[in-house]
Amino acid sequence: MKKTVITVIGKDTSGIIARVSAECAKHKVNILDITQSVLQDMFVMVMLTDIDSLDCPFKTFSTEMDTLGRELNLEIRVMHEDIFNSMHRI
Amino acid sequence: MININDILETVNMIREENLDIRTITMGISLLDCADSDIDVSCEKVYNKITRLAGNLVKVGEDIEAEYGIPIINKRISVTPIAMLVAVSGGDPVKYAHALQRAADTVGVNFIGGYSALVQKGFSAGDIELIKSIPRALNETSNICSSVNIGSTKAGINMDAVKLMGEIVRESAVLTADRECIGPAKLVVFCNAPEDNPFMAGAFHGVGEPDCVVHVGVSGPGVVYAALKKCDGDLGAVAETIKRTAFKITRMGQLVGSEAARRLGVPFGIVDLSLAPTPAVGDSVARILEEMGLGVCGTHGTTAALAMLNDAVKKGGVMACNSVGGLSGAFIPVSEDEGMIAAARSGDLKLEKLEAMTAVCSVGLDMIIIPGDTPPEVISAIIADEAAIGMVNSKTTAVRVIPAIGKKAGEELNFGGLLGEGPIMDVNLKASPKKFIDRGGKIPAPMQSLKN
Repeated sequence: MKKTVITVIGKDTSGIIARVSAECAKHKVNILDITQSVLQDMFVMVMLTDIDSLDCPFKTFSTEMDTLGRELNLEIRVMHEDIFNSMHRI
Repeated sequence: MININDILETVNMIREENLDIRTITMGISLLDCADSDIDVSCEKVYNKITRLAGNLVKVGEDIEAEYGIPIINKRISVTPIAMLVAVSGGDPVKYAHALQRAADTVGVNFIGGYSALVQKGFSAGDIELIKSIPRALNETSNICSSVNIGSTKAGINMDAVKLMGEIVRESAVLTADRECIGPAKLVVFCNAPEDNPFMAGAFHGVGEPDCVVHVGVSGPGVVYAALKKCDGDLGAVAETIKRTAFKITRMGQLVGSEAARRLGVPFGIVDLSLAPTPAVGDSVARILEEMGLGVCGTHGTTAALAMLNDAVKKGGVMACNSVGGLSGAFIPVSEDEGMIAAARSGDLKLEKLEAMTAVCSVGLDMIIIPGDTPPEVISAIIADEAAIGMVNSKTTAVRVIPAIGKKAGEELNFGGLLGEGPIMDVNLKASPKKFIDRGGKIPAPMQSLKN
């Protein structure tokens, strides 16, 4: 299974999760786990997703997420899970 | 699921602390391109590079998008061109044009390897290539050149040192209308590494495989941010640097092995370097200041740098399969925001930089000197630096830029990663001309009786 981590950072507003998950559903991205908290006065949401059935090129998906982020005044990043595993696990 | 704090730490390193992969460099051997007809040889060079590296930029961009880690440069290093000149003869600058054409086609920002290795003497093609360097750097924009003039095993070729003083100056004169950019792409080495992914000194050594991918990591901003939160003793500082370097380097290992897999070539090495940029928050000098120095260049700088350099290596070595290249902290003056500031204020001087190069990679790097500095003084600067490398069994290098028509205190601005900086004072009171004019060789040093 190919997993990616979607991070959402910024000021809390209503409907963030709804908008981000709608975007995921639109592209057949399955949400495996989701967690959110407020860290250093910032709203932070982290989603672990399965992109095996992604229906568009990865770049298109991450660009769309980036555009959604700008629209909501948030920073949304889509990154392959391996980058976190390699950095934080020996 | 991975810990949310770990995820945020990584994301913040990229968002706020300028973490990036500085370069993916493909090393390509051109030995099989040599032909007794220089035009045929150049065509083979162009064809081989474009065939093997055609996908390099795209693969880099794909990985960048998928992993969310910026990859700043995609580059190529090739077999020292002097070896091809040895077979083909003719005007070596033709190779520079062939390389430039290849760089334009595949879209890389630099090709390194317009080089000669002359630590023990000149063989066929070497002198011709070295003498053509100023023209090659003037007529191309993305080609880098290097010359290895000494090593611990061979000693220092002082005839080459004398010649390089003249070449550096001539290269600046030819490009005087473009901020003297020529010598910013020219490195004079002692103990040059054959698997270095960083420019301007990258070339593909003859002991390397036919084609290989190396990665150079960066991350001074991440180390700086980590040290800001550390208020322990120097042991704690070293530990913090080690842990941070480990994380940065793991990223290099991941990106390098993924790039090699996608390109279908072996993965070479990760260069564990802290490579600064002129951007605020990406400076090695500021790390030294965060360690407790009032300004980079004051007394204590050499000690702080030695510790930083060592801790980066200790942290990085465990993070990857194979380490190589220049591995260490870079101190290129015009490419480091803190160094530029210290040079402007007069706190950082050439003599202190020379001392610093004894304990870090690489050498006197990106230092702008007055335009009237005589060639023999440039040669003497090269000889001093090479002696430090030769005696201490380490890589040292000189990349100085004579600012033609300008004096100490004025500035040059190269733009981009090469940065900008003030012209630093060079001691011109007494001439080393007689010493340099003697020529010959400085014999290889003793490897025992170390005192």
